[in-house]
Amino acid sequence: MAKTFIFCEFNNGKIKKGSLELLTAAKAAGAEITALLIGPGSTEAAPEAGHYGASATFVCDSESLKNYNPMAWSKVVSQTIKNSGCTVFLATSSMTAKDLFPRVAAQLETGIASDCTDLEFNGDTPIAKKPLYAGKCKAQVNFANSPIQMILMRPNQLPIGEPDTGGHCEIKTLSAPEIDDRLKITDVKKGNTDKVDLTEANVIVSGGRGMKDADNFKLLDELAETLEATVGASRAVADAGWVPHSMQVGQTGKTVAPSLYIACGISGAIQHLAGMSGSKVIVAINQDKDAPIFAKSNYGIVGDLFEVVPKLNEELKSVLN
Amino acid sequence: MRIFVCVKQVPDTETKIKINSDGNGIDESSIKWIVNPYDEFAIEEALKLKESAGEIRVTAISIGPKKRVTDALRTAMAMGADDGIVIDSEDSLDPYLTAKALSEALKKEDSCDFIFTGKLAIDDNASSVSQYLAEFMGIPHVTVVSSFKGSGGSYTAEREVEGGTKEVYSISGPAVIAANKGLNTPRYASLPGIMKAKKKPLKELTLGDLGLSGADSKVTFSNFELPPEKPPVKFIEGEPAEQAKELVKLLREEAKVL
Ligand SMILES: Cc1cc2nc3c(=O)[nH]c(=O)nc-3n(C[C@H](O)[C@H](O)[C@H](O)COP(=O)(O)OP(=O)(O)OC[C@H]3O[C@@H](n4cnc5c(N)ncnc54)[C@H](O)[C@@H]3O)c2cc1C
Repeated sequence: MAKTFIFCEFNNGKIKKGSLELLTAAKAAGAEITALLIGPGSTEAAPEAGHYGASATFVCDSESLKNYNPMAWSKVVSQTIKNSGCTVFLATSSMTAKDLFPRVAAQLETGIASDCTDLEFNGDTPIAKKPLYAGKCKAQVNFANSPIQMILMRPNQLPIGEPDTGGHCEIKTLSAPEIDDRLKITDVKKGNTDKVDLTEANVIVSGGRGMKDADNFKLLDELAETLEATVGASRAVADAGWVPHSMQVGQTGKTVAPSLYIACGISGAIQHLAGMSGSKVIVAINQDKDAPIFAKSNYGIVGDLFEVVPKLNEELKSVLN
Repeated sequence: MRIFVCVKQVPDTETKIKINSDGNGIDESSIKWIVNPYDEFAIEEALKLKESAGEIRVTAISIGPKKRVTDALRTAMAMGADDGIVIDSEDSLDPYLTAKALSEALKKEDSCDFIFTGKLAIDDNASSVSQYLAEFMGIPHVTVVSSFKGSGGSYTAEREVEGGTKEVYSISGPAVIAANKGLNTPRYASLPGIMKAKKKPLKELTLGDLGLSGADSKVTFSNFELPPEKPPVKFIEGEPAEQAKELVKLLREEAKVL
């Protein structure tokens, strides 16, 4: 049985879905699982790791770790991973994980693969795949000279199992590392949205140059409200300053994989497709029937988005409520 | 003060990817190579720092097949970098080995105050080299940086995370800064800049000079596959209200995503 170490992220006392996916996958493979949670509230969230398969869970529950800091976090994480004797490490490919774990991999002199989309186990060995060249192809990840195979998985890729509250999971408390004077976090500026991030969203409504100006994004905000969706945009729109860069989808923006992606007034340039072609179902609304976006779409509406989007919103409201 | 900028050559974003006959890589024969877009933000930020404070030497550094990556270094020098270092290697070094080689090369230099990189390279999308490199250099890192300010020994960097939230870091001393889009607007190389770049010094190293070999990679890729073909799009006809109704029906009953 491969010893597997899983870094679990949590929010409001609950372990995030992405981490539950990984616990489920490792448990199904028969792994002996050690989990780790960092930050205030980790003690409260820790037992859930046990319910999904961890036999031991470490927590580092300190107010001083309220904000992420790669220097402080990497120290405690590396040491704990090393002491666990694991040969496989899994975490969600979140903004924190993508920043932190390559540094941890350096400390452990091992290899890491981020942003993977497929994970299976062949006996003890995890087999991961990841998209390359902005999703234009995919390849299997192979490790060499790596005492620990570190894999960061995109969320929403794997099933989540049923919790089992019967088993025993030992919870162990770690002491907080000292903060390195050379790098300190001084502030966290909350974004202007409390919506799910594009990279985690299940439904995305996206606007392009066809929206004509910044104000018209109201239309998409309303549609998103009805669908509980997050709003995205093309680069043309982000560059024009109609929306912040953080909303850009594509090769030089966010890579997204929702169940439903609705593209409004987006032509479907290859760099845009690169960021969203992993979506399960794609809908395009565009007045040009030859727009390349249609070639990647499941459903297409050729028409004026200013007429179609409000009607779509009305229809959804009446059907979903 | 000495600043280094790490640059990588990647296939142009327009490139159609073809898989090799053995399935273990891509066909590179007809690829047009460009400087990784995020590295352009890194170059620009280094040049801005140079312009804001005196006596700063900006050195661009790249690893890869010499002929290919020298183009990237000349681009950086045409934009304004003072000199370049090329580490010649066969292709496909993983992030670990890339960072190891970069760190060994940088340790040979007299000093190193900042290292600018792109937040990721758009080919392998690893977003790992900057952090590996920082650890190997024994200095802090901040990635996905969309604002960088400061002077003397004290700097502030803003890192963009989920939902447009920004973490603000204060940094003292050398660090690796990995640039995100929005950090700045990269300048174009001017014609005189391009002419001058041809004469700027370029130091050449090999992996062997750094005590490393291609076999030190820790992650490789195999079994390449193209995405499955999408079935043809289903166009929905009619007046907007009818189209909306039909679409919602299809999304609920056929696609089952609502
Ligand atoms: C290195 C590089 C990186 C890039 N990275 C990205 C990236 O990450 N993301 C990205 O998106 N782009 C990226 N681009 C830019 C990309 O090439 C396109 O320029 C961009 O995606 C176009 O945005 P758009 O579709 O909104 O605009 P356009 O291409 O102008 O398309 C607008 C569309 O709106 C339609 N339209 C207009 N009015 C209406 C209406 N009333 N109703 C319905 N439809 C209407 C038009 O028919 C048209 O198809 C990159 C480019 C380069 C060179």
